[in-house]
Amino acid sequence: MVSFQQFIQLLVQGVSLGSIYALMALGYTMVYGIIQLINFAHGDVLMIGAYIGWFTITKLHWSFLPALLIAMLGSAILGVLIERIAYKPLRNASRIAVLITAIGVSLFLEYGGMLLFGPQVRTYPPVLPETIYNIAGISFKYGDVVMLVTSVSLMVLLQVVVRYTKVGKAMRAVSLDKDAALLMGIDVNNTISATFAIGSALAAAAGVLFGVYFNQIDPLMGVMPGLKAFIAAVLGGIGLIPGAMAGGLILGLIETLVSGLGGSMWRDAASFFILILVLIIKPNGLFGKNVREKV
Amino acid sequence: MKHWFQLKNIIILIGVVLIYGIVQLLNLTEIMPPFFQLNFIMACISIILAVSLNLINGVTGQFSIGHAGFMSIGAYTSAIVTVKFSGPLYMALIAGALAAAVAGVLIGLPTLRLKGDYLAIATLGLGEIVRVIFMNMDYTGGASGFSVPSTINWTWAFWLMVMSVLAIRNFTASTHGRACISIRENEIAAEAMGINTTKYKVIAFTIGAMFAGLAGGIYANYMYLIHPLTFNFLKSFDILVMVVLGGLGSLTGSILGAIFMTFISAALSSLSEWRLVITAVLMVALMIFRPTGLMGTKEFSLNFLRKKGEKNASSKSK
Repeated sequence: MVSFQQFIQLLVQGVSLGSIYALMALGYTMVYGIIQLINFAHGDVLMIGAYIGWFTITKLHWSFLPALLIAMLGSAILGVLIERIAYKPLRNASRIAVLITAIGVSLFLEYGGMLLFGPQVRTYPPVLPETIYNIAGISFKYGDVVMLVTSVSLMVLLQVVVRYTKVGKAMRAVSLDKDAALLMGIDVNNTISATFAIGSALAAAAGVLFGVYFNQIDPLMGVMPGLKAFIAAVLGGIGLIPGAMAGGLILGLIETLVSGLGGSMWRDAASFFILILVLIIKPNGLFGKNVREKV
Repeated sequence: MKHWFQLKNIIILIGVVLIYGIVQLLNLTEIMPPFFQLNFIMACISIILAVSLNLINGVTGQFSIGHAGFMSIGAYTSAIVTVKFSGPLYMALIAGALAAAVAGVLIGLPTLRLKGDYLAIATLGLGEIVRVIFMNMDYTGGASGFSVPSTINWTWAFWLMVMSVLAIRNFTASTHGRACISIRENEIAAEAMGINTTKYKVIAFTIGAMFAGLAGGIYANYMYLIHPLTFNFLKSFDILVMVVLGGLGSLTGSILGAIFMTFISAALSSLSEWRLVITAVLMVALMIFRPTGLMGTKEFSLNFLRKKGEKNASSKSK
């Protein structure tokens, strides 16, 4: 059994992991909210972001913060490109067609990444000091703190953007009713692109944090976090921004607890089990409203 | 009984027997290199998988992407029967198919309440859970794989494939099959017409799972070694690509898609990364330019044969 201190220690790790999931879940939830698409390629945008960060740190010798910003910028452009090339021609196609396209884009990024970056695992350079804080027997890595601070500030920033800026208002309007938004003079296509840009930037931030925290990246690293983040988005109620944050944190905590209590092999199964439970019991998520389907 | 002996059916039968005979002859005379033998058997397995997924995704319109999970259940069950209980091959295959069917009912009943994207994600999750379970099962070797003697030959694989295609074709053409199609077209309208949608969705799902289990059993008894990672969700996507390429809802389309994808990946097997990149680009391009797949919901028919009776290449297999 684990002692109380170890338990708290697990909670700290869980919150760190959860904040990565939360950052990614935000991208899923925003894209789903606006065009009802599960963007399977989101996890791979995280991978590309992590690689851009790795490149700027090892080859250009930049420090953590500029690398993070460059990765976010690069991935935002990638996200817009994906949207324009792959998803935009399918705006009015069936949802299954769009879903298959998303899977296709995801495979393309994974194996394109493998061709471009090579299949081997790359080690992320230590950009953060190895300081370990010790408070009442519970140790925090410097990385934990950076992770938490970065993700919380990005989430706050996102809230400000969505609530108070023109783009954010347009995003909310389009997700509420696309046709009405169009009639009110909102450029729906640009708004959707902006959503992809913001979501991808958040995924890239998660990717760089992931690399810094776990020290290694490879072209398939985005698959599992992508699926987990989607679970987090569903758990919180897909389409809801606060839901994605809460879902990410809850999922991170559950996963860390499951592996900390001796079931590390069962970690992935546990999160999928949660997903299925949520889908069966409360498909609209913890914070979702129940919407009846109209004929 | 009269319609059984139509010219069309006889031509199909002749075509099927011809394909079987030619490949068998090439096998026996050892003209065909082992690599091609492998791919012909893999094509049979892929056809069973694609046709059974088409029943769920194309005919009934329930978007499942966890097909590899059922395949792995079938593979492991039949492997356990052959290795641990030294049962005969047919017993192993039946056990595999039945186990997958049971799993299909158990999984289908709760998850088929979900629609569209949610169902897709739930089935994906279930496929992954099955994989994790096999990873952790020491009885079947866990993550190091499970070795099974190879007892499947071309005859077994081919005729099981023909049987599966026939069974699914007949199901689709029956009253039950039409009920499933009506669910795909409009679930609410189907319900209003008195169709028990849950029942038919679960039936289609179970039959699909059963044949996936059969395909898994063939795979396990052919490949010498099965490993949980073989049945990850990339495998599910592979099957999905076959079905989508051929056209969701088209039986012959799925068959063509399965054959096409098997031989494309065989041709590109030395460049495995390019294979998946090409698959991915193909998928996206197909969805943008021809979202219904190559065949749409149409079937490859033999009616044109009335004019020129040359092309004996039937829709059934090659």
